[in-house]
Amino acid sequence: MNRIWQNAAALLMVAGGAMAQTPKSGGIMKIYQRDSPASASIHEEATFSNQVPFMGIFNNLVLFRQDMPVNTPETIAPELADSWAWSDDKKTLTFKLHPGVKWHDGKPFTSADVKCTIDLLQNKLADKFRKNPRRSWYANVEAVVPNGDLEVAFKLGRPQMSMLSMLASGYAPMYPCHVSTRDMRTNPIGTGPFKFVEFKQNEVIRLAKNPDYWRRGKPYLDGIDFPIITNRATAMLAFIAGKVDMTMPTEVTQAILRDIKTQAPKAICKMVPTNVHINLIVNREKPPFDNADLRRAMALTIDRKAFIDILFEGDADMGGALLPGPEGIWGMPKAMLTALPGYSPDIAASRAAARALMVKAGYGPDKHLAIKVSTRNIPTYRDPAVILLDQLKEIYVDATLDIVETSVWFGKIERKDYAVGLNLTGNAVDDPDQAFYENYGCGSERNVTAYCSPELQKAFDAQSVETDVAKRRQMVWAIDTQLQNDIARPVIVHQRAGTCWSPDVHGYTQMSNSSYNGFRFEDVWLDR
Amino acid sequence: MTAYLVRRVGLMLLTLLGISIIIFVLLRLVPGNMVDILFDSAGMVDPAEKTRIAAELGLDKSIPEQYLVWISGLLHGDLGFSYVSEKSALREILPRIPVTARLALSAIAFAVLLGVPFGVISAVRQNSAIDYGLRVISLAGLSMPSFWLGLMVLMGFAALTGTLPVYTEAPKTTLDAVLLVAVPAMTVGFRSSALIMRLTRSAMLEVLRQDYVRTARAKGAGAGRVNFHHALRNALLPVITVIGLETAFLIGGLIVTETVFNIPGLARFLVESIRNRDYPIVQNLVMLTAFIVVMINFLVDLLYAALDPRVRLGA
Repeated sequence: MNRIWQNAAALLMVAGGAMAQTPKSGGIMKIYQRDSPASASIHEEATFSNQVPFMGIFNNLVLFRQDMPVNTPETIAPELADSWAWSDDKKTLTFKLHPGVKWHDGKPFTSADVKCTIDLLQNKLADKFRKNPRRSWYANVEAVVPNGDLEVAFKLGRPQMSMLSMLASGYAPMYPCHVSTRDMRTNPIGTGPFKFVEFKQNEVIRLAKNPDYWRRGKPYLDGIDFPIITNRATAMLAFIAGKVDMTMPTEVTQAILRDIKTQAPKAICKMVPTNVHINLIVNREKPPFDNADLRRAMALTIDRKAFIDILFEGDADMGGALLPGPEGIWGMPKAMLTALPGYSPDIAASRAAARALMVKAGYGPDKHLAIKVSTRNIPTYRDPAVILLDQLKEIYVDATLDIVETSVWFGKIERKDYAVGLNLTGNAVDDPDQAFYENYGCGSERNVTAYCSPELQKAFDAQSVETDVAKRRQMVWAIDTQLQNDIARPVIVHQRAGTCWSPDVHGYTQMSNSSYNGFRFEDVWLDR
Repeated sequence: MTAYLVRRVGLMLLTLLGISIIIFVLLRLVPGNMVDILFDSAGMVDPAEKTRIAAELGLDKSIPEQYLVWISGLLHGDLGFSYVSEKSALREILPRIPVTARLALSAIAFAVLLGVPFGVISAVRQNSAIDYGLRVISLAGLSMPSFWLGLMVLMGFAALTGTLPVYTEAPKTTLDAVLLVAVPAMTVGFRSSALIMRLTRSAMLEVLRQDYVRTARAKGAGAGRVNFHHALRNALLPVITVIGLETAFLIGGLIVTETVFNIPGLARFLVESIRNRDYPIVQNLVMLTAFIVVMINFLVDLLYAALDPRVRLGA
């Protein structure tokens, strides 16, 4: 009899728990925003300062599931497209669109808007974006062909399996044909769960619930306010004092996490990889760094564990060009990594080899190489650069820091106006296409080291058309190995960072292999 | 008097013209222009697109041409538009003026109300325990960096009251509204009050040793009348200069306080605009600050004459 009561009690508890998790509607959630984004137009920006507050205004054709922390091709879910299908030759991707969807101004969403969006991204229309940082994503799209209002086909130049992943990124919202690009920067219109209310520079960004959202019953929140708090200490105090419900995603460092856990012990915090890596950039066109031995010696002297311990209190990852597992889905396994130059745990042996290369290049204990290491004047760049300077001393390199203001940093490295630098690179989608073409492709604007291998360029294309995931993964690992052996852009460490939210906040999932895809907020609700 | 006013207004206009040229040229000599920064936020550079945007923003014209466009617009009340927000510069600047003005005036009021009386007391009670105490406090006020003091105040508030007087939304109660201004005003005003107190004290000490003060005392005037009527009035001249300068400084110099307390005022906006090389905003904000500084100096000069009959403005 006792067992029956125990089972009944357990069932009641489970039922109670389920009821407690039933989403509640209402309430304004507050998330602090670290700075004023340059505009409200997602397509024109390349920072999640823009994406966190504005992604809720829009919908994509497809989107990575918002309740799964790891973005994979299997977690791609329908959004404005109810379904999609590849043609047999994998060169046509057809989407069936959801009927009855309206823009926030009441106009209907149709396949013409999909065509407009891609045409805009390909600079085909008279009304152009002021900036178009992801135009290269759509280089393989030959045409977007509407078939009636509710069907649209993407005609590709060659098969490209990553196309769907890129369309599922937060960076691929659909824009309305009837709204100018200028208006989209200042007063965006979307089909998403939240409507734009206002954006006051340096003060606040405000969104309100879209009562006519096509997904009935959502969103749960009445709105989201993003007060802009530029001082991180003030922002964290505001979170601890309950003035905001959530920190800006990935703004919490290991040290700040300790403070939050002490002062707000009920806060829920998650430290995750951000798919942003710290890397060494060497201008291979500038003597003496046109000497491959010198570049290899610099890679061999890097002690990655020291970076991880000092900067991240041990909580960060070693990897190649792609985010390592388990969160990263394309990163090389550890066994392959340790065979790469500079990744061996035997740092002393690596440095001995590096010193031998330096001697071969004409440097040694009596003749040091004096260089400047350029980096951006913000702590996330400066701090690792200082550690790098120290490690370079081990191989007869006397380096000084060349601190470059943010306003001139990107221009400087893209003009190749540097010799050695320390840089940060983020990947919006955990997919090799984005990482390889953008950062290592011959002639790519963001390939700041001028690395170009025609042989690897062909390999990029080969992996891109491969539809078998297991095969593609092997090809990607081979490319990544080659990139690291060529010292194309030595990856020092893959960062981890955290987000904290109040226990009142439910339905939010912190993505762990991209910082750019998880801010639709339509499933988030407040329990208060 | 009329001749003086005409001369001063002429001088003021010349000063403003000089400032306008300096700020305009300096902004354009600083490495990194607006277009670079626009593209920096996008993380890439396409020379063709950059050229197109530069032309769209009028940055392809020569510096003198750009200056003429701006200055003639300014004279017609057209301040241009923010390159970042693409809204009219006037619309961006105007709502922020009362925010900063309220904070600056509250801070200076706090500083004067605290600094002047304590300066007088410190001077009158020279070398007493009160004097030593006030001097130590004022030294602390001058020594503590305002960002540190601001953070300490915030942490103290959070620990004691569980709330935080920082701006995250429009205040819901009068108490919230008062706290949002009073706490940062006191934090920033503390430094100014220390300066004013020390200046008042030294000016008072000098005046209190004058013959006319001794005469007043000999004639039987009470301590209050001697200290506040006879001595303070004359001691105030250098103090007023400092108050004027502090007020002008506070209008444009509240960067740290506005950042720590997250106040959406002019100073923070100016720094952000400089970072973004948002030329129209920076130029107009600097001109506004310059105008206020020049006006305050003018008013201080007029106050001299009101306080000290020996000062003749027309002379």
